[in-house]
Order: sequence, then structure tokens, then C-alpha cells
Amino acid sequence: MTTTQMDPAVALADLQTAKPDRVTIVLLSGDLDRAMAAFIIATGAAAMGMKVTMFFTFWGLNTIRRKGATSSAKDWLRRMFGFLNKGGAESLPLSRFHFGGVGTRMMQQVMKQNKMPGVPELMETAMDLGVKFIACTTTMGLMGITKDTLIDGIDQFAGVTTYLAEAKHGSVNLFI
Amino acid sequence: MTMQADVKLDTLGYFCPMPIIMTSKKIKELTLGQVLEVVSDDEGIKKDMPAWCETTGHHLMGMEEEQATSGRIYKAFVKKTK
Repeated sequence: MTTTQMDPAVALADLQTAKPDRVTIVLLSGDLDRAMAAFIIATGAAAMGMKVTMFFTFWGLNTIRRKGATSSAKDWLRRMFGFLNKGGAESLPLSRFHFGGVGTRMMQQVMKQNKMPGVPELMETAMDLGVKFIACTTTMGLMGITKDTLIDGIDQFAGVTTYLAEAKHGSVNLFI
Repeated sequence: MTMQADVKLDTLGYFCPMPIIMTSKKIKELTLGQVLEVVSDDEGIKKDMPAWCETTGHHLMGMEEEQATSGRIYKAFVKKTK
């Protein structure tokens, strides 16, 4: 068995020396509107020079899943769940007025007409600006979401203590 | 008196948070002391740009507002300080 050295999610030395304003956002929702709010806050904060960490859990994981990805979980129950629970940043539904996809498509059209970036574009901007992405391993396990079905660029796969270690140094902590 | 800028950034048609994100990216291309003019038609910029400057430490030299045919246009003059 080989042991590989891993970077700790939170470098304590970093936290103690430089103390930039820190923002943590937990994204539990997989709704288009909520995900947009989360990414707008994240990119805005990063543009202000704040250090931003986003935790993706439960339905929020759908925003960082590859489009059309199903699941490569071992057991059929979770594989089925991964299959039924469609992911992908481009295919998130509105929390209201989804109307079987019609409402959401209308909203996307309005956004495009108004030069408003959608979730995929906002997410790319967030990554460019150095926002840290953390995927919750517990819910990944529960929902049959495997690493290979997530997009590239996820910084960490971690749990609640990682979130808390970051959040306790944050001046803004949001749960969306 | 109108203010003079070294670089102009057009964010017309973009809503929050895009003007601020575009500003934060553009300011990196400037050298210390240069002035960036950000043009926007999003009213939120009136409050957002001072807040951004206060947080990042860049100097907001001033803002101008003018009436264009398509609506109101806001100009922010930001001096790169770091």
C-alpha cells in the first residue's frame, strides 16, 4: 500500500497570518434561481478580493455534475437514483414556474437577451476568480454520485468539519 | 470638468455582478496610478463601485451620470492603487 501526501483543506498557518475577508457558501439546492444567487454572490465576493469557498451538497451537487452523467455506483439502488436525478449546470430547473421545462427555457431566453450569464458561465467565472469548490462526500455517497461524474476543477472532496473549519473564519457564511 | 481615464471599460448591457467582475479583471492589466473608466447602464453600479473600491482599496476618483438616448449611463473613474 502506498501513502500519498495530501494537502489539508484548510491551512491553519494561512488562516492565522493573512486574514482576508472569507465567504463560505453552502449550496444545498439544485434549483436554477438559487444556484444563480449562490454563484453571483461567490463571483462578486471574489471580485472584491474576498476568499470564497463553496460547498456543494445534496441537490447542489447537480450544479457540478457533468451534463448527462449518470452514476457508476456499485449497487443498483444508487445507480438508479443517479440515473433519475439528472445533473448538469445547464439543465437546472427553476424552483418556481418550471412548468415541465417551458418556464425554465423562457427564463433562460430572457437571461440571454439581457446578457445575463447563466449558471455554467457564472461557474466558470467563479473558477477563474479562484473560488474554491468542495463537494460533500457524504451526499455523493448517498446519491450515488461518483467523482468521475463531476466536472473538472473540484478542489476538495470533504465533509462537515472542513466546512466548519472554513466557516468559523468567515465573515459571511451562507446556506442556499 | 470631465475626468480623464487611461483605459476605458464598456460594460453596457451587463447586469450585476458582471460590471464589477469585468472591472476586477481589467484593473489587473493597468499599471499603478492609471485610471480606469467603467461605463455601465446598470444603476446598481452607483452603490456597487464605491463598495468595491472600499473593499479592494482602489481609489474611486468620482462618478458621472449622463442621459443617453437608450437610458441613463454611469461612469466610474477608478485609480489603481495597488
